Amino acid sequence: MLALFLRDLRLAVRAGGGFGLGLAFFLLLVVLVPLGVGPEGAVLAMIAPGILWVGALLACLLSLDRIFALDYEDGSLDLLATAPIPMEGVVTVKALAHWVTTGLPLTLIAPLLGVLLSLPAPAYGWLVLSLALGTPALSVIGTFGAALTVGLRRGGLLLSLLVLPLYVPTLVFGAELVRRGAEGLAVGTPLALLAGITLGAFALLPFASAAAIRINLR
Amino acid sequence: MSVWEYANPKKFMDTTGPLMPWVAGLAAVVTGVGLIWGYFFTPDDFRQGSTVKILFLHVPSAMMAINIWIMMLVASLVWLIRRHHVSALAARAAAPIGLAMTAVALFTGAVWGQPMWGTWWVWDPRLTSFLVLFLFYLGYIALWQAIDDPDTAADLTAVLCLVGSIFALLSRYAVFFWSQGLHQGPSLSLQAGERMDMTYKLPLYVSMAGFVLIFVALVLAGTRTEIRARRIKALEARERMG
Repeated sequence: MLALFLRDLRLAVRAGGGFGLGLAFFLLLVVLVPLGVGPEGAVLAMIAPGILWVGALLACLLSLDRIFALDYEDGSLDLLATAPIPMEGVVTVKALAHWVTTGLPLTLIAPLLGVLLSLPAPAYGWLVLSLALGTPALSVIGTFGAALTVGLRRGGLLLSLLVLPLYVPTLVFGAELVRRGAEGLAVGTPLALLAGITLGAFALLPFASAAAIRINLR
Repeated sequence: MSVWEYANPKKFMDTTGPLMPWVAGLAAVVTGVGLIWGYFFTPDDFRQGSTVKILFLHVPSAMMAINIWIMMLVASLVWLIRRHHVSALAARAAAPIGLAMTAVALFTGAVWGQPMWGTWWVWDPRLTSFLVLFLFYLGYIALWQAIDDPDTAADLTAVLCLVGSIFALLSRYAVFFWSQGLHQGPSLSLQAGERMDMTYKLPLYVSMAGFVLIFVALVLAGTRTEIRARRIKALEARERMG
């Protein structure tokens, strides 16, 4: 499993893996919003938590179809299916690798982009914490969507249609956590719920993803 | 005699064929009675005037929008566990009806909200969770249509339906957490509160029964069409072989 994890990381980082693409997209989105909304700091500060969360979510979405597509095309997914590790383990490792190459960099770069959106000072810690807690859920939910659409030739658009509604709870609690943090309110409830969603998704969704992969490989 | 006998497509077709006109006719009559009673033979509300009458369309469609998803969930589970094709096809036939019911509920809600709340749309938890439900229906239907192999499509949509149900429920509570709403609380619940008068309740119950019957009729018709489409495909395949 460790070998698979490292292999996925290497494939993502090397040329053509689209490693920087998500980050560049995130940066672009954060640059585009003030251009569209106007440069007033007060307005930007108000919508900054939501924009950063929606941006991270969309950037995460970009690289989802790469999780299984290449392995499906060159046949390594069939090999993984017959390998001694269970399919549930494979999809969990794939989700983790996706998080390390997308969610983690997004989390680390988000405070920098928060400066561009004049995010209030008390919110930075909560922003990093909420993304660190929430983006793993985005990866594991996205892996499920990728597993559903792996056999399809033009699955990209369908993948977004399937995955985006599933992202609603994560987005709501994540953005709410930052918003409350920015206003200095109590953050315990959204924090616990966000962590609960991530843990629950990691505990249960790999079974659904593995089932979907098995159906697609039939 | 068990309910599983109807999982045999032949038996299902034979039983539902003669039943179809009766169910459809009953659906038309009951819905007609409920709506006409509701629209023309109930007094105006003392606060809301005649706008209150949209509830005879709004409440049944909203109820069906949720219950059709639950029916799809049950049908998907039956398909996954017992592999009855009729069940998977019924789930497939139900989805567009659910989508339409959600759209009707959203639309009638907007039409009612304009004079009452002064706005077509607010990001109220109930409205938002219905919009999210609408997206879930869209995704489910899109996945059915994207996959060529019927069994693969049935399996994958069933898995999506299971996972989607959990996330739809989560989203519902998430949006309640996210914003306090304008929408009134449940008018038909058993808890104490502002009650609806019997003059409104009775025609409402009739309309609800009518909507259930409409759904049953449409699902039966849709499932029969799907079964016939499968038979045509099988016949064509046999012709090509022989």
